[in-house]
Amino acid sequence: MSVLTLDPANDPILERRRLIREAAAASVRRRKLSSTIALGLCWVFLGLAVVPLVAVIAYTFAKGIVAWNADFFTQPTKPAGIPDGGVSNAIIGTVIIGAVATLVTIPFGLLGGLFLAESDGRVASAIRFSADLMTGVPSILIGIFGYVALVKEFGYSGLIGAFAIGMIMLPIIMRACETAIRGVPGHLQEAGLALGARRFVIARRVIVPAALPGIITGGLLAIARGVGETAPLLFTIFGSQFVTWNPTKPMDALPLVIYNNSQQPDPTLLSVAWGAALLLMVMVLALSIGSRVLAAYLQKERR
Amino acid sequence: MVTDDTKPTDGERRPGGRRSLPNGAWRAILIVVAGLFVALVVWFLYSIVDQARPIFSQLGIGWIFHATWNPNKNQYGLLPFILGTIETTAIAMVLAVPIGLGTALALAYLVPPKVKAVLGSAVELLAAVPSIVYGLWGLVALAPLWREYVEPFLSSVLGWTGLFNGSDDGVGLLLAGTILFIMVLPTMVAISRDVLAVVPREQVEGAMALGATRWQVLRKVVLRDARTGLLGAFTLATGRALGETVAVALVIGNSDYIAHSLKAPSATLASLIFNNFGEASGTELAALFGAGLVLLVIGLAVNAAARALVRGRVGAAGGATSVAVA
Repeated sequence: MSVLTLDPANDPILERRRLIREAAAASVRRRKLSSTIALGLCWVFLGLAVVPLVAVIAYTFAKGIVAWNADFFTQPTKPAGIPDGGVSNAIIGTVIIGAVATLVTIPFGLLGGLFLAESDGRVASAIRFSADLMTGVPSILIGIFGYVALVKEFGYSGLIGAFAIGMIMLPIIMRACETAIRGVPGHLQEAGLALGARRFVIARRVIVPAALPGIITGGLLAIARGVGETAPLLFTIFGSQFVTWNPTKPMDALPLVIYNNSQQPDPTLLSVAWGAALLLMVMVLALSIGSRVLAAYLQKERR
Repeated sequence: MVTDDTKPTDGERRPGGRRSLPNGAWRAILIVVAGLFVALVVWFLYSIVDQARPIFSQLGIGWIFHATWNPNKNQYGLLPFILGTIETTAIAMVLAVPIGLGTALALAYLVPPKVKAVLGSAVELLAAVPSIVYGLWGLVALAPLWREYVEPFLSSVLGWTGLFNGSDDGVGLLLAGTILFIMVLPTMVAISRDVLAVVPREQVEGAMALGATRWQVLRKVVLRDARTGLLGAFTLATGRALGETVAVALVIGNSDYIAHSLKAPSATLASLIFNNFGEASGTELAALFGAGLVLLVIGLAVNAAARALVRGRVGAAGGATSVAVA
């Protein structure tokens, strides 16, 4: 009469343990398999995302670099059939329009950002909402607004183009400034107040310098976004084959050249369009890279 | 609290010296600037509504949903363009959501740190590439590929669905949707990756300690925790796709009729405005501003839906993140 059954084959406890172990192993196998499949899919999607983006850059570079020569940078746009055309008028136009838009929107956006960062009331949240609304407005609507509101009155001009581009940049800059300013530690401002400094002085000497990296990044990204826009320019600056530094006249811009030339059957004009696309892309990438480098430098400088 | 402009007593000097503004004046400047911004927004909205008014007073509201656009016969139906806008955006987002999310997950959690840094900043830079460049590339490089290979392939494999009838033109709804997808992808990935990367480490590690596989951690912890931010990325990308003008106008083929196939040429509200604004006058001009209003309303509706979804989801989940490892 043995109390202990030492026969492993018939032990109910060992049997149950075995079943549990098998079920657990099966679960792990199943979960590992689905994990492998899903993660593999993520890798595939990463590949699917990289291919077209690399293709855009590589194609633009290959097609654009052959259009880059001395004439491209020094001659204005010329109609189909006339050789040696360039984009000098469009480069000047893009730079002037971008510069005017930036000079107006940066201080405007900075003050707006300061207001938003200091205010939490209903008015401020309404302004915040309208800024977000404006960020989402299709740029073509800004273009036709510029036309009916200003071009009808004053005629086509680079200034109105800068106004339209500025309307796209302003909400971006405002919200970026607000975020940067809100990130400034509160004790810095309180220290200023404790010293008896006025709010203006605190803003100028404490808040803005401390928030500068964020402000610069936001500003340069907004410029990069602004100078690449086509739709707001078509109905405001109109395009012009004359080289002019005068923003009260109709001007040309790189995005306009790309669009207009893409509609022409002439292969030379299409080549100029690729050159302009590459130039625009290089300008925009330089602005975004520049903003990052500058922000990182300022960040380091403070420590 | 801002107007405590106490006068300095004798011998006391304020930091900042003479070249400073009293608090009241400074606050006034800020308020004026904020007011100017509001005025600009109101001016913008008022102008669009005001310019669109003639067509609403002439034809009421039903004209928007008519199918015929023929300014010569005073017909300004926007239905083809509303459908074109929704279809191109839908194609773009159907591709951008899985591919963008998968890429963002891979960038945030799967790739080695060095690759992560390089690819991460590359994606952010790509988000700044002007949309006209994507449009030109689509027109010159992709359209022939679509005509010769992609569209015949899709017709032979998926022809039975009836979505791919008609001739292979290259330009059309499908190409426009693809270009929009490629255009919004960097935005989608950059924002999603930022949102995914800030999921608290303790939650990820906790799930791993419970024996969850990597995919279970990503799906049940990371994606669930980040869903509000991900919805934000989706909304922003959708907004850009809805409103993109020139890149779409280059590759969609610009037809005023309702497309009965994904290969057919079509037009969006934005490309309609872009292509016709230069020559339009009178009622047609008003109709184009009306199209702009419809576009604004669609954008707002997407935004509102996303906000409502965020509120509903967060409410339903009670704000807590439950981790079930099964």
